[in-house]
Amino acid sequence: MAIDMLGKRVKRVEDQRLISGAGRYVDDIKLQSMAHCAILRSPYAHALIRGIDTSKARLMPGVLDVMIGADIPYNPLPMAWPAGGSAGLRNNVNTPRALATDSVKWTGEGVAAVIAETPEQALDALEAIVVGYDPLPAVVDAEKATLAGAPQLHENAPNNIVFEWAVGDKAGTAAAVDAADVVVRQRLVNQRLIPNPMETRGDIGLYNPGTDEYTIWMSSQTPHIQRLLLAAFVMGVPEHKIRCISPDVGGAFGTKIFTYADYPIVLLASKRLGGRPVKWIEGRRENYQATIHGRDHITYLEVAGKRDGEVTAIRVKTFANLGGRLSTIGPGIPTTLYARVLSGCYRIPHVYAEVVGVYTNTVFVDAYRGAGRPEATYVIERAMDLFANEIGMDRAEVRRRNFIAPEGFPYENPSGLGTASGGAKIYIDSGNYEPAMDKALEMAGYAGIEKAKAAARARGKYLGIGQSSYLEVCGVAPSKWIGAVGEGWGAAMWESANIKVHLTGKVVITMGTQPQGQGHETTYAQIIGHELGIPMEDIVVQHSDTQGTPFGYGSYGSRTSSVGSTAAIKAAAKIREKARRYAAHMLEASVEDIEVEGANYFVKGSPEVKKTFQEIAFALDLAFDAPEGMEPYLDETAYYDTPNCTWPFGTHVALVEVDEATGQVELVRYVAVDDVGNKINPMIVDGQLHGGIVQGVGQALWEGAVYSDDGQLLSGSMLDYAIPRASWLPTLELDETVTPSPVNPLGVKGVGEAGAIASTAAVANAVNDALKPFGVKHLDMPLTPQVVWKAMQSTKGAQA
Amino acid sequence: MVAHVSLTVNGKPREVDVEPRRLLVQLLREDLDLTGTHVGCDTSQCGACTVHVDGKAVKSCTMLAVQADGTTVTTIEGMATAEGLHPLQAAFWEHHGLQCGFCTPGMIMAAADLLARTTEPTDAEIRHAIEGNFCRCTGYQNIVTAIRAAAVVMRTGVAAPSGAVQGGM
Amino acid sequence: MIPAAFDYVRATSLDDALKRLATAGGGAKAIAGGQSLLPLMKLRLARPETLVDIGRLAELKGVHRLPDGRVAVGALTTYDEMLRDPILRHYGLLADAIPNIGDVQVRNRGTIGGSIAHADPASDMPAILLALDAEVVARSSRAERVIPITSFFEGAFASVLHDDELITEVRLPGGRDDVGSAYRAIEQPASGYSIAGVAAVVGAHDGTGWRYCAVGVTGVGDHPYRAAAVEKAVIGGESLAQAAAHATDGVTVASDIHADREYRTHVASVQVLRALEAAIARLG
Repeated sequence: MAIDMLGKRVKRVEDQRLISGAGRYVDDIKLQSMAHCAILRSPYAHALIRGIDTSKARLMPGVLDVMIGADIPYNPLPMAWPAGGSAGLRNNVNTPRALATDSVKWTGEGVAAVIAETPEQALDALEAIVVGYDPLPAVVDAEKATLAGAPQLHENAPNNIVFEWAVGDKAGTAAAVDAADVVVRQRLVNQRLIPNPMETRGDIGLYNPGTDEYTIWMSSQTPHIQRLLLAAFVMGVPEHKIRCISPDVGGAFGTKIFTYADYPIVLLASKRLGGRPVKWIEGRRENYQATIHGRDHITYLEVAGKRDGEVTAIRVKTFANLGGRLSTIGPGIPTTLYARVLSGCYRIPHVYAEVVGVYTNTVFVDAYRGAGRPEATYVIERAMDLFANEIGMDRAEVRRRNFIAPEGFPYENPSGLGTASGGAKIYIDSGNYEPAMDKALEMAGYAGIEKAKAAARARGKYLGIGQSSYLEVCGVAPSKWIGAVGEGWGAAMWESANIKVHLTGKVVITMGTQPQGQGHETTYAQIIGHELGIPMEDIVVQHSDTQGTPFGYGSYGSRTSSVGSTAAIKAAAKIREKARRYAAHMLEASVEDIEVEGANYFVKGSPEVKKTFQEIAFALDLAFDAPEGMEPYLDETAYYDTPNCTWPFGTHVALVEVDEATGQVELVRYVAVDDVGNKINPMIVDGQLHGGIVQGVGQALWEGAVYSDDGQLLSGSMLDYAIPRASWLPTLELDETVTPSPVNPLGVKGVGEAGAIASTAAVANAVNDALKPFGVKHLDMPLTPQVVWKAMQSTKGAQA
Repeated sequence: MVAHVSLTVNGKPREVDVEPRRLLVQLLREDLDLTGTHVGCDTSQCGACTVHVDGKAVKSCTMLAVQADGTTVTTIEGMATAEGLHPLQAAFWEHHGLQCGFCTPGMIMAAADLLARTTEPTDAEIRHAIEGNFCRCTGYQNIVTAIRAAAVVMRTGVAAPSGAVQGGM
Repeated sequence: MIPAAFDYVRATSLDDALKRLATAGGGAKAIAGGQSLLPLMKLRLARPETLVDIGRLAELKGVHRLPDGRVAVGALTTYDEMLRDPILRHYGLLADAIPNIGDVQVRNRGTIGGSIAHADPASDMPAILLALDAEVVARSSRAERVIPITSFFEGAFASVLHDDELITEVRLPGGRDDVGSAYRAIEQPASGYSIAGVAAVVGAHDGTGWRYCAVGVTGVGDHPYRAAAVEKAVIGGESLAQAAAHATDGVTVASDIHADREYRTHVASVQVLRALEAAIARLG
C-alpha cells in the first residue's frame, strides 16, 4: 500500500529541475527563427504625442519592424472589475492601448516597439526613434489629484476621479461616532510598493499563418483568463484560435494576473513577420514602469468607542491611487477586497467606508500580495493601537474585548461583506481568535515586555512591540456571490481538474490553476495520491497551457488549496466511483458491495477478493470486457464552485529596537501564530508564511515607490528600491492553531497571502510603540531611519 | 567587432565568437544554452546570475564574455556530479530553500563560495554571504537553514534529518 | 541591460595599455574588474568607444611592503584579496569596511584602483584612503606621478586622473602601534552605498590629548573628503562628541530620497563619533 503523503512535509516534486538549472522560464525558451522585441517608453509622466518618427530606426541593422500605436488594430486593454459596476455605479474607465496613440499618462507608458533579429539590435534601434512630446503638468498624489486646479488626465474623469464608492451604514456610523466617549482621528498613508518577483515578465508571440492561430508563452498566473480577455476584448480573435502557455513562473505576487500591453504587441508582431516568433523580455527597470504597482492609499481614519475598551465604530475615507490608466482589476482592490473587510476579526457594530479611486500620472496599481486586505489590516490594526493608547488600555486587551467570540459565527460584518442578492452570501464561517493571540503574546514575552524595554534602554535602544491580529478572506470565491454582490467583477470563480488514468495505472492530473512557486505539482499529487491510494511517483500534475488543461480562473487570492484542491478531489471521487463500478463488474458483485481501501477494491467482508486500481485501469483501458453502457477508460473532469470563502486568521508579534542616535530600526524578533486550517504540506505552508511575512516587513521598514512631483519614478531601479536582504532579518518564529475550515473537504483555508497581510501592521505597531516615549502617536511607512529620527526630534527628548 | 572567447564551462572546453559587449551571462544563456543562470535585474544587484569564475562567485551580468576568456566557469548545471546532487542542491531541496526557483541557481552558487571559505558558518555569516542575492519568495529563512545543513554534510558527510519526506521523483 | 557597442582590446602590458589610452584621445576607458564601469555601461550612461582591458596585468596586482615600511597595494588587487592579505589584516578600518563593501560577488571582482578611479561620491574605499593619508601612483605614457589622496577627488565621479592615466598602485602608511582605526557607516539600503561612511585614525595620546587624528568621510558631500574641522577639534582637546559635530563643516551636504540634508548632516556626525570611539577602543 502506498504511503499516504497528505499532511506531511513532502519534498517538492518541482525542485528537481529548479535546483539543477533545468527550470523553463519564458526567457529560457528559444524558438526557430525567433525575433526580439523592445519597447520604447515615455520619459514624461504626462504629455501629448505630437508625432513619432521611426524612419531612422527602420534602417538600423537587424531591424525587422517598428510599430507605433496607429499600427495596432486592437482595442484598448480590458478592465474587468469596475467598482460596484453591476450595481450601476459609474466608473470613468480608461485603460491602456498596446501602444499609446495620442498621449502618455505615466513615465514608462509604451509608445513604440522595435522588432529585430537580436535583443541588442532592438535596443539599439529604440535610441533612433524620435518622439515629439508636448509635456503637460503632472500629478502623482491621489488626494491632490482630486483638488480643484489639479492637472486633468482624462476627459471622461472630472477631477481625476475613477469612482466614488461607499459601503456600510452612513447614518448609523455617524451617530455612533457622535455618541462615542472617545474618537481617534488619524491620516494613514499606505505607501506605493513595487512587487518585484525575481523573474520579470516576458512573452513570446507566435502566429501560425497556416491555421490562423495564435500562441503566446507568458509569465502569467492566469493563462486561461488571458486567453479569454485577449479574445473577447482586445484582439477580436475567437478564443479557440488563441493558446496561452505559462511555463515555469519565477514569482508573481499578483503582478502576473493581468492583461498587459506586450501580449497583443508580440502577437501582432509575429503576424506582421509572417509567423516568426517574437520574444519580449522585460528589464527590471522596465518592470518598475510597465508592471503594476501595489497599495498606495491615503486614508482618513476615525475610530470611536467607549473608555472600557469597546470599539463602536470605524469610519474611513480612502483615496486609492489607480495610476494613469486602469489595470485589469484595479478598481476592485480598494473596494471589495479592502473596505468590505475593514473590521477584520472584530465585532464592530458600525463601519462606514468611502473610497475614491483616482487617476494620477503613475504606473497603474492593482493586486499585490494580499490585495486590499493588507491595506485593511493596516488600518484596523493601527486603529486598535491608536484607540488603546488613547484610552490608556493595554493594546492586546482592547483586541480581546472586541474579537468576534468563538460562538459568534457565522458572522456577517457591517461593511457588507455578505451583501448580495439572490441568496448568495458569504460570511465569516469560523474562527477562534483569542488562543492564537495568547499563544503569540506568550511566545513573544509580552508579559515581561516592560523589563525588556528597560534593558534595551540601558543599551541605548528603544524596544517596541507590536501585534497584528488579522483576518483574511481567501479561497475566492462563490461565483453566485461574485455575480450577485454588485461589485462588478466580470468573471466567475470556479476551478477545474481532470484526471486521466493510463493503462499502466499512472495518473495525469491537469488543473486550471497556475503555480508561481507554490509547489502545486507536489500538493495536488499528495491529495490525489491520498484520494486514489497510489504513490505520488505514479502521478504527474500538469497545468499552465490552455491547450490540454481544463479552463480555470488561475491562482491568486489564496484560492488554489481551497477551490482548486476541491475540484481535484471531486475528479478523484468520480474516478474512484467508476473504478468501483468496474470492480463490481470484474468481481461479479453488486456495486453497493464493493468497498474501497486505498488502491484496493474488494467485496465487502472479503478483502482478499479484490482488484487493484492498476488492474481496473488496465482492464478499463483495454475494454475487452466492458459491461453494456460503460464507457472505456478512466478519465474524469470535475468543476468546483465554492459555497463560501475561507477565513484564515492569527496574531503576529514583532519586536523592534530603535537606535536613538540614527533612527535605525532593527527587527529583533518576529513571532507568528497562524490558523490556516488543515495543512496539505506543512513545509510549504511555512515557506509561504516566511515569504509573505518578509514582504510585509519590507513595506513597514524599507520599501516604497517614490515619485517626484513631475512624475519621475525616483525609486526607479533596485539601486533605489530596497528589497529585503537576508542579513536584515531575524529567524522567524512560527506556530499555529488549527481550526479546520468547514468550507471544503480538506479543511484548508489558503496561506499565500496571510504573511504579507499580517506583518506590515505588526512591525509598524512595534515601531510606533518604541517611539511612544517620544510622544509619537503615528508615523507613516516606510519607517526608515530618517523618518524615525525626525519623529524623535520633533518631540525633543524622551519623556520616560 | 567580433572577439573570440575560449573558456572551460562545467568542465568542457568551449569556443565562442562574440561581440565585445556580450555579457558573460548572455554567452552562457544564449550561446551555450545554459539557461539555469538567470537575469533578475539590470543594475548588478539581484545575484540571480551568479556563477563561479575560477572558483569564485561573480555576477555574470557584470562581467564581459571577453573578460572570461581563458577562465574556468562553473554554473548551476555543473554542480551535480555522476554521484548525485551537490550537497547544497540536496539541502535546498530537503529544506524547502526555494519556491519559484528563479533565484535558486545564483543563491546556490553564492552559498558555494561561502562554503569554500568557511566550513562552519554561523547563521549571521550565511545571511551576510547571500546579501548580494535577492529572494522574494522564501524570506530567506529556509535558504539559511539549507546552507547550514549543506555545510554540515560537506564537513561530516552526514545529513541531519529535516523531517521532510520523499514524495514523487 | 546591454551596453552600447564598443571595441575591445586586452592590454598585453602596462606600457601597451598606456599607449592605447594615449592614442584613443579620451574615447577609451580602462576596465579591470568592471564592477563600477559595467553597471554604468549597461544603463548606457557610459558609452566608451573602446575598452582597454587591464585586468590581467600581473604587475598591478598584489600587496607588498616597501623598503620604507609603507605598504603598496597594486591597483588590480581585489577587495577579496585585500581581505585575505596578511599585511592589510592589521588595518582595523579595512577589516571593518571591506566585508561590507558591495557583496561577495563584487568583492571578488572589484579592485581598489577601479574604485578610486571611478570616484563615486558614496563609495567606502576613498574615505578609508583619505583617513590613511594614502598616495595614489598614476602613470601615463608621458610620466608617472604620485598624487596624495587628499587632492585626488574633485567632485562626483570626477578626479584629477587624466584620460590617459592609469592608477598603478596605492600606497598606505605602515602600521603604527600608537594609533587605532575604525570604519563606521550607515548604508542606503537599496544600493548598499553609504549615506554617511566615516573612517577614523586616532592616536598618539601624549597624556593630555590626542596628537593624531585623521577622518575621511564619504556619501555626504559631492566627493569624499577629510573632515579637517573634526580632526582639529579632536587634537585641540574638544570632546569627541563636540568634535563630531563638525563633521560637515564647509561641505555642501547631499540630499536624495533616502536621506535629506538635515538627516545626512546629523548621521555624518553620529558616524564620525562612532568611528572615533571605535578607533580609540582599538588602542586598548
